[in-house]
Amino acid sequence: MCNFAFNEGFTILMQDFLATFSQAFQLIFSFDKDLYEIIGLSLSVTFAAVLISCIIGFPLGAILAIGKFKGRNFIRLIVTAFMGLPPVVVGLVVYLILSANGPLGVLQLLYTPTAMIIAQVILVTPIIAALSSQVIIDLNEEYDELLRSLGLSSFAKMKTLLFDARYSLLTASLAGLGRAMAEVGAVIIVGGNINHVTRMMTTAIALETSRGELALALGLGTVLILLTISINAALMMIHSNARKNAYA
Amino acid sequence: MPMPSANIIEVNNLCYNANEKNAVGDALPLLNDISFKLVTKDSSKITAIMGPNGAGKSLLLRNLAGLLTPNSGEILWHGTPNINAKELAIVFQKPILLRRSVRANLEHALLAFKTPKDQLHNGTEQLLELGQLTDLANRPARILSGGEQQRLAIVRALAGDPKILLLDEATASLDPQTTFLIEKIITDTSKNDTKIIMVTHDLSQAKRMADDVVFINAGTICEHTSTKQFLSKPKSQEAKNYICGKLTL
Repeated sequence: MCNFAFNEGFTILMQDFLATFSQAFQLIFSFDKDLYEIIGLSLSVTFAAVLISCIIGFPLGAILAIGKFKGRNFIRLIVTAFMGLPPVVVGLVVYLILSANGPLGVLQLLYTPTAMIIAQVILVTPIIAALSSQVIIDLNEEYDELLRSLGLSSFAKMKTLLFDARYSLLTASLAGLGRAMAEVGAVIIVGGNINHVTRMMTTAIALETSRGELALALGLGTVLILLTISINAALMMIHSNARKNAYA
Repeated sequence: MPMPSANIIEVNNLCYNANEKNAVGDALPLLNDISFKLVTKDSSKITAIMGPNGAGKSLLLRNLAGLLTPNSGEILWHGTPNINAKELAIVFQKPILLRRSVRANLEHALLAFKTPKDQLHNGTEQLLELGQLTDLANRPARILSGGEQQRLAIVRALAGDPKILLLDEATASLDPQTTFLIEKIITDTSKNDTKIIMVTHDLSQAKRMADDVVFINAGTICEHTSTKQFLSKPKSQEAKNYICGKLTL
């Protein structure tokens, strides 16, 4: 009797699950406008944040790796520690800075994609900088005598190291991208999850799940996972090709 | 500007210690009171630094290249302690090549030596030709064979037209054909007003190429003499043992 009830419950659950999945795929393949608007915003915010983080993080990582100045180890420690910054805390700090009474309130950036980009840059930059720093340290161990014998300036040395570490730095940026793509805590605070303005995949999944709109949530989740896999696969291919040519 | 034929390199009382300490707590001297003078003239274009493993040959070369700082003593180049990086080049036993193509490795060195952009292409082609690497120009440098990598490292070192070229066992573990090619590049370079200082274990190579030999044992110079004299009538017992292949402990 009990066994029968369990089987029946499991069958209903599976049917619900399959129906939700089917609806999710319908949304994806019918090119649902709302869904693709959310995907588009998510990608633009995430890529903008990762790009800015790379522009800041790569040179910062190189400076922390080979720069000779007082407090370098302390700054490295802080940057490495900031890899694990709690997103909600970052969201709260950015919210306070951008809110009407905050120091940058006059810019009226709160609840805009720009605010979400700022929050993600704060979260992602330490990851990219810390990982880049380690990559550059390792490469510098190999290149140091050559670069010194060429009499390169610190700036030229950093340029050489950053260029030659380019494929390993892709992995660092990938780690940052992973963090940005999956981020929900900070962007929901500073973006507000406003429909057609600041709704991203992760914030929409959280909202739709709480509203019981599982099809849209699942559709977004599927797209999010597929995108993450595709980006990782593309970068892995680039890295593997570079390794074959001994460029990585 | 023509180089004066006086002492090109003067090493005075150079000492280099490792960070490790011996049983009584003194720093281990790896190079001890090294002094010698090298001149550039027809009879001394190539100097070989020889000595058994662990004698301090590579350490001395790295001190000369400015890659290590001596604990005491001085190295003078034409009487001054400073030398322009462009005037001095070093080739390591294991070539350090950038993760780039052969051409890009040479271009990087040429740019490092402030070669004007309009001369970059010609300069690269000349170096490729010198190292017989033209056919490999677009290949990734790090997948070349050991001999090709060493040829690249040597011609790259010549990118700045150095006045002094330091070679740290540049032909170790290379086949005779590649060794011959590299020796030819080195000899041709020496004929072009470049002083060559090469670390080698190969007595026949020293005989073929070097005009004089600085022999080091246990971080100390045992003798500095002409190659002919060194090979036929070495003065020190350490050098005699080295030439005869006797192990000195």
